[in-house]
Amino acid sequence: MKILILALLAFLACAPARADEFSDAVRALNADNFADKIAAVETLAGLGDGRAATILEAMSDGNLLATKDGAILIQRASGFTDALTQAPASGEGAEPITVNNRLRGALRGAVGRLGLFSPDAELRKRAAESVLTSPTPESAGMMRRALANETVPEVRTLLALALANLDLADEDPARRRAAVAALRDSSDPLSRGRLQAMLENETDSEVRAAAEKAVSEINFRLSLVSIGANIFQGLSLGSVMLLAAIGLAVTFGVMGVINMAHGEMIMLGAYTAFVVQELFRAFLPPGLIGWYLPVAVPVAFVVTFLVGVALERSVIRFLYGRPLETMLATWGISLMLQQLVRSIFGASNREVANPDWMTGGVDLIGGFTLTYNRVVIIIFCMAVLGALAALLRWSSFGLHMRAVTQNRPMASAMGIPTGRIDAATFGLGSGIAGMAGVALSQIGNVSPNLGQGYIVDSFMVVVFGGVGSLWGTLVGALSLGLVNKILEPYAGAMLGKILVLVVIILFIQKRPRGLFALKGRSVES
Amino acid sequence: MKFVRAFGAGLLAAASLLPFSSAQAAEDTIKVGVLHSLSGTMAISETTLKDTVLMMVDDINKKGGLLGKKVEAVVVDPASNWPLFAEKARELLEKEKVAAVFGCWTSVSRKSVLPVFEQLNGMLFYPVQYEGEESSRNVFYTGAAPNQQAIPAVDYLMSKDGGEVKRWVLAGTDYVYPRTTNKILEAYLKSKGVKAEDIMINYTPFGHNDWQTIVADIKKFGAAGKKTAVVSTINGDANVPFYKELANQGIKADQIPVVAFSVGEEELAGIDTKNLVGHLAAWNYFMSVKAPENDAFIAQWKGFIKNPKRVTNDPMEATYIGFKMWTQAVQQAGTTNVDAVRQAMYGQKVKNLTGGTAVMNTNHHLSKPVLIGEIQANGQLQTVWKTKDVIKADAWSPYIPESAKLKADWTFPWVCGNCAEPKFKM
Repeated sequence: MKILILALLAFLACAPARADEFSDAVRALNADNFADKIAAVETLAGLGDGRAATILEAMSDGNLLATKDGAILIQRASGFTDALTQAPASGEGAEPITVNNRLRGALRGAVGRLGLFSPDAELRKRAAESVLTSPTPESAGMMRRALANETVPEVRTLLALALANLDLADEDPARRRAAVAALRDSSDPLSRGRLQAMLENETDSEVRAAAEKAVSEINFRLSLVSIGANIFQGLSLGSVMLLAAIGLAVTFGVMGVINMAHGEMIMLGAYTAFVVQELFRAFLPPGLIGWYLPVAVPVAFVVTFLVGVALERSVIRFLYGRPLETMLATWGISLMLQQLVRSIFGASNREVANPDWMTGGVDLIGGFTLTYNRVVIIIFCMAVLGALAALLRWSSFGLHMRAVTQNRPMASAMGIPTGRIDAATFGLGSGIAGMAGVALSQIGNVSPNLGQGYIVDSFMVVVFGGVGSLWGTLVGALSLGLVNKILEPYAGAMLGKILVLVVIILFIQKRPRGLFALKGRSVES
Repeated sequence: MKFVRAFGAGLLAAASLLPFSSAQAAEDTIKVGVLHSLSGTMAISETTLKDTVLMMVDDINKKGGLLGKKVEAVVVDPASNWPLFAEKARELLEKEKVAAVFGCWTSVSRKSVLPVFEQLNGMLFYPVQYEGEESSRNVFYTGAAPNQQAIPAVDYLMSKDGGEVKRWVLAGTDYVYPRTTNKILEAYLKSKGVKAEDIMINYTPFGHNDWQTIVADIKKFGAAGKKTAVVSTINGDANVPFYKELANQGIKADQIPVVAFSVGEEELAGIDTKNLVGHLAAWNYFMSVKAPENDAFIAQWKGFIKNPKRVTNDPMEATYIGFKMWTQAVQQAGTTNVDAVRQAMYGQKVKNLTGGTAVMNTNHHLSKPVLIGEIQANGQLQTVWKTKDVIKADAWSPYIPESAKLKADWTFPWVCGNCAEPKFKM
């Protein structure tokens, strides 16, 4: 019996030695200073224990907590578990372990290295990507081992690239040359940066020549990428301007109302998106939150349509044919709407979150990221424009609308209710502005001043494109966006904007009716 | 557009009698002016400070007032319109005869009221971090000067904990505060051995909302193989689209951190901070700091504004310190006379909300601690670094050659805000 107990004690003393080291390291994650925490992360990653990855990942997401008596907990959506025993625990009084950027970098590196040997190929790929962004000399041996065992070609390439980045600093010139050769076909600006850094103190002339050639090749490819990026950014800016201007193309372009409250319709649309989001948060399960945006679009249309109709019936219809008074009245209305929203929602910005499917982007070559929210806005903008064009061209409402704007007395004589058509047209323009507001809430602020930032651009687009022409608005917006983005890298954002304005002023001198001038009586009357 | 807030029924009666017996009313109450925009673009930031002053006034009246009199706040709305600031300041000083004014946010509004305060010998408390290079006899600056915000932030990023940054992007909105701050920072970085090609400076217009090109440029600049950071003096509304674009283009805080001088708790409340975790801000105050004074202040604020979700921020603390100091100086001087109170202000001490003590110096600026915080997913800023002691504000930066020569000291023998030589010979 005694022997048995002794043996058991001996077993308890020896076997958990490894486990103790592990639990000590986990407890050390809650050290007082960041240097000790980083040391603990490195120890933990070096132990090769399978539980480490989960703990480190939780830590870098801020989901690792420490209680007053030193227990380390992992916070999940389902509740708290003890990091060591994985038993459910109470999270009462537990404080998150603070993480700073340096620690976050160390964590990412550690998780990456642990992931290199995961059986899951997708995990290995993510790990390889993470070591590629920040390869450290200490991880070289580990990467070579991982490369030797790797079978998936995609991961192999990533690992080889990461190793080549490290080999640039190798003592052996042959290794350096091989690394340069491997990096030659890369279009990663990070690799170019490392090659350039290497050139600063490269002594071997042969390696030097190869590296210089590689840098110039990468430079050429990157300049092509940057042209492509510029075009995309120009289209994206153009589509934002277009979206803001389409509503105005109806109220100002078709009806001839100088509507200074147009920006406030956009603002109301954005606030509708905010309200719909808050309703989703309050009443629906969290899983559905991503759907608030598609719901907000029609709601915003209805809200701003009604506001627009009310505005037309109560104020604007009395001012037709008096552009100066219309301008002043709508300007006053815009100030009133702003102050109204300020009183209801407060003066500060409201948070409208991007749904997950609109966050982030895909990395294309050369460090160029195609961001999802921009892509969605381009598509949405074209869809709105297409729908509007179809409505005007093919529906009976569109026909009536065109008839009223072209010749009011004749349309009236034909039995078209011109007053109702006016109200509906103004409502339509406002409704489109409201939908634009929902989209614009995804890239900018939602504040009472939101509309003012877009009103000048909108008028610019409509006047430049040609009053009354939808195609003019389209071409005008996209070309202004492109010119702006092509000028910006050379002239800076400030001067770029001024140059665009000067170009427009000169253009209007030459063609006062814009790009696509409408022909006929309606323009002059 | 004038709101007169009176406290207590008797005060209301006194206020209604104002036109007939302003001398008598002036004896019954001490008036303080509140000169913050309540409409227009700056309302977003300044409304909070108006409420902070009202809360402090309410508080002091509950405790029995000042010099045995009630304090009355006279609130005016300069509507984010710079010339209107000067007009309203004149109205407060000449017509309302206020003892002190708490107000202004932007530097241009301060510059616009400055001649009015100097001409009429008023007293302004300015509660916002600014570019320095100024010291007026009639203004007390309770926000941070560049050496209490920008320089410590850069020092932190150059340290081991901050990531040993070697390459710098100075991005700002195109007006006087970012331009001056960046001039100081550029000179400072160069004095630390940073080469000119490792500094990228970029200015954008107010309310800029298309950041695609600039963020892509920052990404490119940061890919040169050296640790890169962005120092942002981007103001107000332009921040939301900037941070959204950063997050969408996949720039993480541990790769290229952004340290901002104009983004606090109030601004973060309007942003989805999930993707911004780890980006930094430098201030003299964070709401998240655990201290008894801070807990009491936050509770008082939430109670006063009747909204448990409202946050507190650095300019609010600066307003709090300024107001407290003024009441202490008035008690010390035994009068609200501007000249007497000014003398009593020097060396006046008030406990900071985050611990330690703020002191008013003879250059009309404070000594305060500096905190660096990282943005958390809940929209709060978590302190990751803090100065060991308080830092004394430089009214004139030693890193700009023409201002390094100047000194601000309003006591004998200098008695000057921008002199190279003392006014009087010893």
